[in-house]
This record gives sequence, structure tokens and C-alpha cells, in this order.
Amino acid sequence: MRLSADKFAQYTFLGIACSAIASLMLIAVFSLKEGLPFILWYGPVEFLTSTNWNPQENQFGVGAMIVASLWVTAGAMLIGAPLGVAVAVFLSEFVPRPVMRVIKPAIELLAGIPSVVYGFIGMMVLAPLIRRHLGGPGLCILSAAIVLGIMVLPTVISISVDAIGAVPNSFREGALALGATRWQAVRMVVLKAARSGIVASIILGMGRAVGETMAVIMVAGNTPRLPHGLLEPVRTLTANIAIEMSAAIGRHREALFATGVVLFVVIMGLNSLAMAVMRRKGAR
Amino acid sequence: MSIAKLTVLLVGVVAVMCGGCGKHAESVTLAGSTAFAPFAEKLGGQFMAIHPGVRISVQGGGSTVGIQSAQQGKAQIGMADMVKLPPEADGLTAVVVARDGVAVIVNPANLVTNLSMSQVRDIFCGKIANWKSVGGKDALITVVSREAGSGTRSSFEQIVGNVKLTSGALVQDSNGSIRETVAGDSQAIGYLSHGLVNSKIKALIVDGVPCTVEAVVAGKYALVRPIFLLTKGAPKGATQAFIDFVLSESGQTQIRKDGLLPAK
Amino acid sequence: MRIPPRQVQTLVVGMLGGATLLTLAVLVFIVVFVLDKGLPVVTWTFLAANPEDMGRAGGIFPIIVGTLLLPLLALGIALPLGVGSAVYLNEYTRETQMTRIIRFGTDCLAGIPSIIFGLFGLVFFVGILHMGWSLLSGGLTLAIMILPTIIRTSEEAIRAVPQAYREVSCSMGATRWETVRKVVLPNALPGIVTGVMLGAGRCISETAAVIFTAGTVAQMPVSAFDSVRTMAVHFYLLAREGISGENAYGTAAVLILAVLILNTVAYWTMHAFIRRKAR
Repeated sequence: MRLSADKFAQYTFLGIACSAIASLMLIAVFSLKEGLPFILWYGPVEFLTSTNWNPQENQFGVGAMIVASLWVTAGAMLIGAPLGVAVAVFLSEFVPRPVMRVIKPAIELLAGIPSVVYGFIGMMVLAPLIRRHLGGPGLCILSAAIVLGIMVLPTVISISVDAIGAVPNSFREGALALGATRWQAVRMVVLKAARSGIVASIILGMGRAVGETMAVIMVAGNTPRLPHGLLEPVRTLTANIAIEMSAAIGRHREALFATGVVLFVVIMGLNSLAMAVMRRKGAR
Repeated sequence: MSIAKLTVLLVGVVAVMCGGCGKHAESVTLAGSTAFAPFAEKLGGQFMAIHPGVRISVQGGGSTVGIQSAQQGKAQIGMADMVKLPPEADGLTAVVVARDGVAVIVNPANLVTNLSMSQVRDIFCGKIANWKSVGGKDALITVVSREAGSGTRSSFEQIVGNVKLTSGALVQDSNGSIRETVAGDSQAIGYLSHGLVNSKIKALIVDGVPCTVEAVVAGKYALVRPIFLLTKGAPKGATQAFIDFVLSESGQTQIRKDGLLPAK
Repeated sequence: MRIPPRQVQTLVVGMLGGATLLTLAVLVFIVVFVLDKGLPVVTWTFLAANPEDMGRAGGIFPIIVGTLLLPLLALGIALPLGVGSAVYLNEYTRETQMTRIIRFGTDCLAGIPSIIFGLFGLVFFVGILHMGWSLLSGGLTLAIMILPTIIRTSEEAIRAVPQAYREVSCSMGATRWETVRKVVLPNALPGIVTGVMLGAGRCISETAAVIFTAGTVAQMPVSAFDSVRTMAVHFYLLAREGISGENAYGTAAVLILAVLILNTVAYWTMHAFIRRKAR
């Protein structure tokens, strides 16, 4: 009787574990069905490399937006990942527990603030600052990267803190007993042991940065043109879909679903890359 | 075991919510134009106060969502705000319930107060790139436009005529953000529903006609677009009653009070 | 030249502390900015009344209810699925092709932008399954959206439970299921709660996907098939359509306070739970 309950649990869990894959498949099939015929009709090379996006004249090239998404995401991660991991290390290793217990939920509060609020503050406060001191229209790659960099912090910090907290204390004590300083113990032992969790936090944060829509729309300027500097307005792939989907019909709508397919592929690529990096580091 | 209890509790909550599927006697859903949605919501509230058995639900989503929802039956009434309805709206019954002026706006610090229609066209096409050319300061023009497919944009471009938007234009997807962008940038020019013009921005005089309610009603101001309510087939029952209410004296007065123009 | 490790440590700790201060400064700025603009509007009437005049006047009561129900429903669906997946991946199987595929799929799902979830929900739940714009459509869509976060955090939490605990449990004759239920999950609870908080945060802060699936109706929902409006959506509509800046900030202020209270209560409950267990 006990055994069968155990077997039952095992099969139930297997079924449940497939739920994520099933959802992904459903969404993938649905997006491909809507977007792929358009890409084939328009020509994949033209669609991906052309930087002319002009739906009214049937010009649908997403090249500029792919570049824009990469710029903005890279900028956001350059700000968010080091900052987030630094905060996580500081909170876990160099601050008394009770203080950490207050600060960590405070930072997680950032995750509950709607992205539209970030976008709005970025638009009202950050963009005018950049316009005044650095020039350009203010709504640009830099603004978007800063806003997104802040938005990924709670994800990176809380998951990293959990990962570092999960490293057994004996590891630290061992290093300290060998005469290492606290920082040496952290760098050589704790960070190595917590690596998978930290990388996971960065991947999740990157996913949020690539996928963020509303905040980006409000601060990036949304110009569908190839950027030549950090102060130029850009339109990311997500922004393209969100801005125009509510008003698109026919070919235009299909082109936006096709943009979704591109986004899908970009994200798959980024994830594969991150996993490959993780595996190589693990092998060493 | 607290996780199991929590799960049971949550499932229970879901079950109770699904169980309480009591439907209203009659339910009318409107979907579409974000420009008209707030008005429809307000009118819906007033309508429900008179007809307690009816529930009016208003969804945004944009004009296209309005057209598609009406076609697919997801909504009884679609809302669309464009000069010309696209072919996808064929077969839907369309009623004009209001009109909306489109104001061309700049930052209040801008010295320019009026532009001709052809200057507006050249600015949005990028042929005029400096405010100096139209009597302003020596500063580059930041063009701010709505997104491709927006009812406001297609109306604006059709009335101005031959607009091929400059590739450097900033794009914003709502009236509010167009207003914030222009309010924050002394070199910017944009366009939005005239009901939303406030002291943070300045509406330009176009071809000698100021963007005022009087000029629009008198038919002098050129940039005006209609707002349609769309139904599949002839409207019936509560749907018909609601459209009649919007078109009634009190409905039209309400629309006018909130910054749109009456249908006739 | 070799810098003595002590000095390196001082330097590094200074930098890390600086980063933490910077992050906290940003947090404080955002919160203060919103509360400063929003709190003057927040009164009991604002919290308890229905919105009037498109949200220019009146309050946000039905919107608060919508903001509570939607994440609750989404978590009710995603939590069992997410924790179950994590348990399977860590307790019931070794690292195989299957688990790699599941992990890869989870990471991909995490990377899908919310706007795609919104479009999917619009066509699938609202359209094909005829749920309409409703609490149910929105809850299901958001559940899929937060599933990867729940799986990932639960997995980290479960993996962090020392192997010795499981060995002891098994050596005492417990089945795998009993070990999971009585040893692994209770010890992984803090990490799972982190995932729940992050997931709830994402639901509460989501706008695009909610507008497309749960709709924007600012009335009390009577059933799971009624549309609701969340505070984030309300803020978006008020701010973006230029209806009322003050009430938009008022809504954002209530939202931030609510999230603050929610987080505090969750942590307090969790620590009380841990302390009780330790006794």
C-alpha cells in the first residue's frame, strides 16, 4: 500500500514536471503557426537583416530591433548582474543576519512594483536628466538599460542570496581555519559552491530584461532604426510587438507574430549560450 | 503539513470562485479603442444605474481588437477610432457616436505658435528638421508620433496627406505618453486627442485655425476623426439600448463635457 | 606588488557595501517618489469606494479586490505545478536527457516576454476556450508565466537540503514520498516562499498580459468568469491615457504599501514557522 502511494507520487510528479514543457510547446506551436508562414512569405533573410520597418508600405525588417534588443539587454545586465551579485554577497557574508532579514525583503519589494511605474519614473526623472546632461532625446538605449538594470536586481539578488545561503557553513569554516580571510573564503569557496544558483539568477534576470515590455516602451523612444550610439532612441523586439499589436491587422499582425518567433529564437539562443558557459565552467 | 493545507485552501478558493458563476440577466461587453474606452466605461456606469439588470463591461486593447472582437463575438460592441475602417470591419454595422479633434502640440517654451498644413507634413516627413525654418529657435526638431496602425495616427496622416514618417521619429503608444514626451522636451512636436491638451503643452494653430471645440464643431478645424461603435448585424436588446443611450441627449452631453465632440 | 589579503578584503567589502548602498538608495528613491506623489490622495474613501468618472474621482476598491484575486488564482495553479516539477527533477530522477529538456524548457519559458503570454492567453484562453476576458483566463496565463520562477527557486531550495537528511529518512524506512513530504519540503520552505513572493510580485506588477487576458473592467467580480482590473493596469490606464496623474500615483502608492505589508507578513510567518520547527 505504501509502495503504491510512492509510485503514484512519482508518476504524478513526472506529469507535473511536464507542465512547463507542455506550456512552452503550446505557446511555441501557437506562435509558429501565426508567425512562420509570414517569415517564409517575406523571406527569412530579408526579414532578419533589413532595417526598414514600415508597415504602411509593407516593409517588415526587424534587423534594427534585434540589434536594439541585444544592446539594451547587454546594457541592463552590465548594470544589473555585477550590482546584484555584489549586493547578494555583501548581504550574505558581510552583514549580520538580522540586518539581512530586513534588507532582503525590502529589495524583493522592488519586484512587486509594476514595470509601468519604473517606466513612468524613468520617463519623468531619468530621461530629462540624460537629455539635459548628455544630449539626445533622453529616451534612448542608456535610459532603457538603466531602468532594466534596476528591474532585474530583485531577481538576481534574492536568488543569489538563497544560493549563497545554501552553501554549508563547514565550507567557510574550513577555509577560515586554513588562514584565509573572510573575502578569500568567499571568493575561493563560497562563490564556487553557489555558482549554479548565481548563474541561474542571472539567466532569470536576463530573461526578464529581454522580455520586459512596458518599461522599455516608456523609456527607449521606440524608433525602429539602427542605433549608432547609447543616446539614440531604439525599438526592441518586445516593444515592437506591444506597441503595434493592438492596432495591427492582416500582414502587419502576422509580421508582429513573426517578431515574436524571432524573440523566441533569440531567447533560446541566449539560454543555450548561458548553459554552455555554465557547463564549461563546471567541467573545469 | 502546511504545504498540503495551503494547496487545499487555494484549490478551494478556485472552486468557490468557479462555483459562483451566477451570470447577470444580460451582459454587454465593449472592446477596442483605448481613446473611447474611458468614456464608454463612464457611460456604462450611468446606463447600469438606470438598468440594474444589465452589466456593461468595457475592455481596451485598441481599435483592431475592437474590430476583431466584434467579428468573433468576443464582444457585443467593438470600438474603433479611425477615419476609414479597414476591410476587416466589412460586414459590421458601424455607428458614429462621437468625433475627436487631433491637436498638433509642442512644448510651451517653443516660440512657434502656428504652422501651415504643408509645414506640418514636411516636419513629420523629416524635410524640415530645424525649428529655425518655421520661425523658431535654432534647434533640431524631435518628431513624436503614435505607432503604426493607431487610429489617431492613420487619421492624422490621412488628413495631413502624403506623410511618410521620418525614420528618426520617436514613437509612443498612447495619448498620455505623447503628452509627457512633448511636455518634457522643448524641441518636440507631436499630436493627440484635443480633449487631453493641458497647460504642460501647447496646441498649435493649423492653417490659421486654432484647435478649439468651437472650431471643430463649426467644421473649420481639419484634423477630426470619427469614433465608431461596431456590432455584428443589427444591435438587439441591451446592446441596442446602450447604443441608443450613448446617442441620446444626455449621453452626447456627457461626451462633450469630457472633451470629445458630439456625433452630429 | 602584492597587496596583503587584509587590505584586499577591506577594499572589496567597501565596494560591495557601496553597491548595496546604491541599490538601497534606488529603492528608497522609487518608493519615496511614488509615496510622496501618491499618499496625499490615499484616504479611506479612496480605498473603499468604487471608481467614478473614469478613475478621476472615487476610489479603487474593486481594483484592490482584483489585485488580490488574480495572483492568488495564478499561485494556486502554479505553486503545486512548480514545486511538483522541482521535486520530480531533484528527488525522483537522476540527471538524464529528460531532465535536461525540462530544465531547458523551463529556462526558455522564463525568457518569454509577458506580451507573448498575453497574446497566447488572448487567443487560447479568451478565444479558443471561450473563457472571455476573465479572472480565470488571466489567472491561467499568469500561472504559466510565473511557473519557471517557481520551479527554479523551488529547485534551488530543494537542492540545498543536505543529502544526509534524505539518507537518514530513508534509512529509517521512509519511502521517497514520505521523505519528500516530511523532510525535504519543510526544509526547503524558505526558498519556496522566496519563489512565491517573486511570482506574486510578477503577477501584481504585470500589465500587458493582464490587459489582454483578464481585461480592464473596474467592477467587483461575481464569478471566475468576470473581468477584473488590477492596480498596475489601473495605474497604466490613468497615467498613459492622461486621465488622472494624482490618482495614478495614489494607486501606485497603495500598491507599494500592499506589497510591503504582504512581504513583511510572509517573512514573519515563515520565520515563525522555522522557529517552531527548531524547537
